[in-house]
Amino acid sequence: MDIISPLPGIFYRKPGPGKDPYVTEGDSIIAGQTIGLVEIMKQFSEVRADVAGVLVRFEIEDFGIVNPGDVIAVTS
Amino acid sequence: MKKLLIANRGEIAVRIIRTARELGITTVAVVSEADKASYAADLADEAIVIGPAPAGLSYLSHEAVLKAAADSGADAVHPGYGFLSENAEFARKVIAAGLIWVGPSPASIELMGDKSRARRAAIDAGVPTLPGTETALQDGDDIEAIAAFIGYPLVVKASAGGGGRGIRLVVNPDELVATVDIAQAEALAAFDSSDVYFEKFVSRARHVEVQILGDGENFVHLGDRDCSMQRRQQKILEEAPAPGLPDEVRQRMRDSSLELARKAHYVGVGTIEFLYDPETHEAAFIEMNTRIQVEHTITEAITGIDLVREQLRIASGEKLGLTQEDVHFTGHALEFRINAEDPDNNFMPSPGIIKALTLPGGVGVRSDFGFVAGKSVAPFYDSLLGKIIVWAPTRDIAIARAERALDETDIEGIKTTVGLLRRLVSLADFAEVNHHTKYIETAVDLIGVAK
Repeated sequence: MDIISPLPGIFYRKPGPGKDPYVTEGDSIIAGQTIGLVEIMKQFSEVRADVAGVLVRFEIEDFGIVNPGDVIAVTS
Repeated sequence: MKKLLIANRGEIAVRIIRTARELGITTVAVVSEADKASYAADLADEAIVIGPAPAGLSYLSHEAVLKAAADSGADAVHPGYGFLSENAEFARKVIAAGLIWVGPSPASIELMGDKSRARRAAIDAGVPTLPGTETALQDGDDIEAIAAFIGYPLVVKASAGGGGRGIRLVVNPDELVATVDIAQAEALAAFDSSDVYFEKFVSRARHVEVQILGDGENFVHLGDRDCSMQRRQQKILEEAPAPGLPDEVRQRMRDSSLELARKAHYVGVGTIEFLYDPETHEAAFIEMNTRIQVEHTITEAITGIDLVREQLRIASGEKLGLTQEDVHFTGHALEFRINAEDPDNNFMPSPGIIKALTLPGGVGVRSDFGFVAGKSVAPFYDSLLGKIIVWAPTRDIAIARAERALDETDIEGIKTTVGLLRRLVSLADFAEVNHHTKYIETAVDLIGVAK
């Protein structure tokens, strides 16, 4: 199950500067787990995994631009 | 000053370019890749792309902005509001590069940026403050005794917060110790400093502020503004002068704001913000902003003074050249912030292409927008599209004029706050000045009503 961005904006892998990333590629994730943030016009929304699995890789880099429907991360 | 770099975007970049052009100053707009085709880039004499869309890599990058200044041969930097405008470290770098910094000294920015130091400076200048601690809480303080002395409810505020951030309310004395612990941990995580202080909480307050202008030695105030119509601590409708203040309260706010500026040897424009309690008729200091504000336009409307022109003149080393007797207040002004968000859908941001932009005209109406029809509103930045400002001889006429002006306004392609503002300005509570900073949240039927 891929993790899709519902919003346009900027994708962040960390909760803030100098913080650890929410998830590292290869980590196991649980359903509902936050894997990053999308910022749209200074409002931040958490991006969550719908199902449990392994986060194989990010398709969007930290500070990358996302459009609605873009795949943020590939999971298995 | 011959060539001014504007380290900002949107409506404030356009605003600064306009006055610079009137003064014969060449302008350089720095833009992110997302803003290459922006209206500000079109208007400026030069536009330089300084980085990708995320502000952290472009508008907030000290190195990128300073490199653009060097490459373009600019001799001055105007930071606008937000972004780097209250960043003392950036101001120091601009000055160290031999450029004119259009703003107060880095020391003034630092003083007012530390909210417990600013509170101390306000007390020393005779600015009325809420009951509270005079400095940040120290280890070993008897916080329960201090809190009991101030009285409940009170707020625990982070010294490094400001703008409504880093504040926790304590209603019940039983919650005090736990709330202080949480507030200190949060402040450390958010601001790298665990310093917090106490202040008495005012439940139904208006937000009133005083505009000051100085050259380090001479100072004037340019009157007051009321910014009580807010949503989640973001102002959306402002007016000048502040209506319904007792004369002695207004005079004390203005005089003590001048004293605070004088004691700080303040240079440029600044705003001293107050909470006004309509029940006790007391005003108390919140914080001082060391930059041009969004709502400076309504002060311009009632004084006839171009605040950006004054900023550029004073930054160039000219004297203030105004005495308080030269400042005359005429009529009443309202400002409406037109944001790209949908009030009928929980203020969801609404980026996209502006298909049509019909702005109002007629006597006493001004529109300051960062966009024209056909431009794209990017999802990466603040949602402010622009402002509609109306002036009239009296508040009643200004309200009628605003209703007329907002009715003329038509923006197609994206959702905006025009409809909500139109509803707000016609409320009896607004006419009678019964509103306060939490008014919009409490009047649930205002939001979610289709236009």
